[in-house]
Amino acid sequence: MTKPSSPMPAAPAPPSDTVAGIVFFGAFALLVMPMLDAFGTIDHFTLNLWGKYLCYALLALSVDMLWGGTGLLSLGQALFFTLGGYMHGMYLMRMIGDQGQYHKPIPDFLVFLGWTDLPSFWRPFEHFSFAMLMVFLLPGALAFVFGWLAFRSRIKGVYFSILTQALTYAGALIFFRNNTLMGGNNGFTDFKSELGFPLADPATQRGLFVVTAAVLLLTVIGLHWLRGTKFGLVQRAIRDGENRTLFSGYATPTFKLFLFVAAAMIAAIGGALYVPQVGIINPSDMTPDKSLEAIVWVAVGGRGTLAGPILGAVAVNLLKSYATRAFPDLWLILLGGLFLLVVLFLPGGLISLPDKLRPLWAKLRRSPAPTA
Amino acid sequence: MKAFFRTILLFACFSALGLRAETGREALAKAILEPSDAEKRARLMALAGTRDEAVIPLLELWKKDALFLAPGLDGKPVPVELVGPADADGKRAAQRVDSGRPLLDASGRPLSLSPKGLKSAEHNGALRRAMRTVSDLADLSSPDASKKLRAIAAVGQAQDAEKLPALLNRLEVEQDAAAVKALREAVALIRLGSPDRAVRLAAVRELDALQSLASTDFLAKARVKAEQEKDPGLVAAVRSAELSVGRHRSVVDGAGTLFRSLSLGSILLIVALGLAITFGQMGVINMAHGEMIAIGAYTTYVVQNLFASGLALSPFGFSLSLPGLHATGAAKDAYFLVALPMSFFVAAGAGLLLERTVIRFLYRRPLESLLATWGVSLLLQQGLRLTFGANNVQVGSPAFLSGNWLVADVLLGWNRVFVIAFAACIVLGVWLALTRTSLGLLIRCVTQNRAMAACMGVRTGRVNMLTFALGSGLAGLAGAFLSQIGNVGPSLGQSYIVDSFMVVVAGGVGNLVGTVISALGIGTFDQFTQQYAPAFANAFAGVPVVGGFLQNLAQDSAVFGKILVLCGIILFLQWRPSGLFAARSRSLD
Repeated sequence: MTKPSSPMPAAPAPPSDTVAGIVFFGAFALLVMPMLDAFGTIDHFTLNLWGKYLCYALLALSVDMLWGGTGLLSLGQALFFTLGGYMHGMYLMRMIGDQGQYHKPIPDFLVFLGWTDLPSFWRPFEHFSFAMLMVFLLPGALAFVFGWLAFRSRIKGVYFSILTQALTYAGALIFFRNNTLMGGNNGFTDFKSELGFPLADPATQRGLFVVTAAVLLLTVIGLHWLRGTKFGLVQRAIRDGENRTLFSGYATPTFKLFLFVAAAMIAAIGGALYVPQVGIINPSDMTPDKSLEAIVWVAVGGRGTLAGPILGAVAVNLLKSYATRAFPDLWLILLGGLFLLVVLFLPGGLISLPDKLRPLWAKLRRSPAPTA
Repeated sequence: MKAFFRTILLFACFSALGLRAETGREALAKAILEPSDAEKRARLMALAGTRDEAVIPLLELWKKDALFLAPGLDGKPVPVELVGPADADGKRAAQRVDSGRPLLDASGRPLSLSPKGLKSAEHNGALRRAMRTVSDLADLSSPDASKKLRAIAAVGQAQDAEKLPALLNRLEVEQDAAAVKALREAVALIRLGSPDRAVRLAAVRELDALQSLASTDFLAKARVKAEQEKDPGLVAAVRSAELSVGRHRSVVDGAGTLFRSLSLGSILLIVALGLAITFGQMGVINMAHGEMIAIGAYTTYVVQNLFASGLALSPFGFSLSLPGLHATGAAKDAYFLVALPMSFFVAAGAGLLLERTVIRFLYRRPLESLLATWGVSLLLQQGLRLTFGANNVQVGSPAFLSGNWLVADVLLGWNRVFVIAFAACIVLGVWLALTRTSLGLLIRCVTQNRAMAACMGVRTGRVNMLTFALGSGLAGLAGAFLSQIGNVGPSLGQSYIVDSFMVVVAGGVGNLVGTVISALGIGTFDQFTQQYAPAFANAFAGVPVVGGFLQNLAQDSAVFGKILVLCGIILFLQWRPSGLFAARSRSLD
């Protein structure tokens, strides 16, 4: 008999709950927070921080789509996230024009490396549409080639994790080089404007926040819809018993390949939205550790659900923002310990906490009765 | 006319040296006192190749205006140096340059002099150049073999015809074969610059025969000169010499690459062996393996400091001070022999603890064990950082691990040679442990069929615990070794973890032979793609996007090698999905 590689995650919440959650979250993120910002109730920094969390939520969703949904633990999502960021970053770098430190028409780091003309592969990136196309195309193509090779030779489980880890590591090695002409270990920064709107303007940032929230909302709705289809059923079947699914006549490698490419693209959009809001992208975001951090968010939030990864991404990053300021030395210990505890004692994550606590609560309410 | 006069003087001095068997010190003192500049220089040059070891430091002092002319008893100045500590008046003991004995006053007591009242020995540019020549040539007879070889090579590279006689003199008395070869090479290089065609031709033939690697640039220059002079005979001879040197160079490069491959392969093997055991035998991906390596390296650091002056640590705000043994010399070097078993046991203990507290709950859930051990790796990394500081710590190599070994122009570092030997020992040890001990038998039977082993009464939980401890202990040993060839810092393990996973994945699980072949194969592939990166990239020059990318990547050969290793492994897994040696099984996962 085939054993599921992991215990079944918590059953998805009933549809009515999910829809209500989506509506509530959408209204909050799309309307309430930007309005609060516009009226000055919360400061621009807070809105900007939450915009970053929403980008991380997209990354977390892409991780969970593969891990919680299909049973593929990819350590390569940070690579796709950062690649998406770099593709958008190239456009933003071109938009700096000659306002850089050296006042040359090419990015500063190229001047520093002794270039006088733009390298040929940089040229098309002055068009926004081309950059956006590449945000999808490059990570998608990389995921397609890697996934095709990996899935056709039936690499799965920890082997898949290890190979995606190595892929991410290789990506970081390439982007850390100055000769790759992508800014070396400093990456891209000092962006000025996006589509003519100055990035320093709070209104632009507010707009970016709304766009991020809308993309996240659409992704959640799309993933929710996908789960209800027959495709979603096959996806869960692959997670719970891949060989059985294969022997039932489903070409599981093709399903997995589609999911892997789609997840890479979701991560890439997250990265593309992250760059103008955070204002910097560099290869240290590309390391396997960053992928694992995203996995922590999913594990803490609750995998196999839609709300869990978002909750986890926001909660862990709120904690991180607080802890790296309050006790900088202990943050990694906190993160590692949190992860360890969740993996060992709370496999369903925070989202399963109410279900776990309900019997306990009932017991507590009942137990005073005999004494009274 | 002046030059002629100078040459005559030089000859006079050489013959004088031979006749009177004057010591270097005496000659130097005379040179200092000599009024004529030309003769002063000639006397100095005569000191070239002197065996008197006191001369060179005295020359250094002269250059720094620290040789003085003290008034002698007979009124004539006596060159002295001032030695020992200064007294209250700033006076120091005066020592005669010509004998090295103290300068005495009229009553026969040693004199102390203050540098302020004394005239220092004069020198000028020409004299300082002569001093340089003398000190360069002094090393030709140095008792230190490597210093001698360096000096000979430097003289040859400088192509200074003035130093030729000193080299020829040395060649006559030199016994050491390596030094003789270096001397012949240096002589030929100097003669290559000679205006006489016959001498140059002979030099070219000599370099051809010697296959001198150092002569490449000089030969190229000589060929250009010969071509300008339209001398076909000489051009042909230089061409032949260049070909011969080039052939020799590619052989040496190939052998060097092979050696580096073997040493990198051995490092990978040492690092991955522990992982191969925990992953292969138990199916647990231990992301904290890198930190076990770091623990081993830090154990070496602690043991080293216990042998030296002790260690003060402040883990998590507590302060902890360990006393040291203050050992010196060979006893201090012996720390490494203590550190090896210590690093094994400390890391094994950490592994045991990790298995008991975390991993044993996750045996059925491999992905979760990967994640939990990553959490542990964060904890350990930060723990090391808080205990030992975020910076790298210094681990010194024992004397028997430093230095190089030159075999037919191929440079082999002793520590690399040692790593190769050590890897062989560890593999042999692990193989013996797995095949010849009862624990090994239990480990193998649990690997093959856990349920059946449990039915037979094998306490699989205990076997797991010991296997994990063994794997972690091997990681600790790896750490002790890595401390000898690289930096020791809190993230030491991180730089090896990806490579060691690659070794295990390509080697296949549950087979030691697979791990060995895979480690050596990856090491070789990496080093050879690095060595021949540009050629490799050029082979793909025609392919549209990939070609340009590879050309760009080949500028950094280390990254190039790593990327190609990864691509190679992914392609290799197409052919053999479960690695080189797959455990054969009918069961489906």
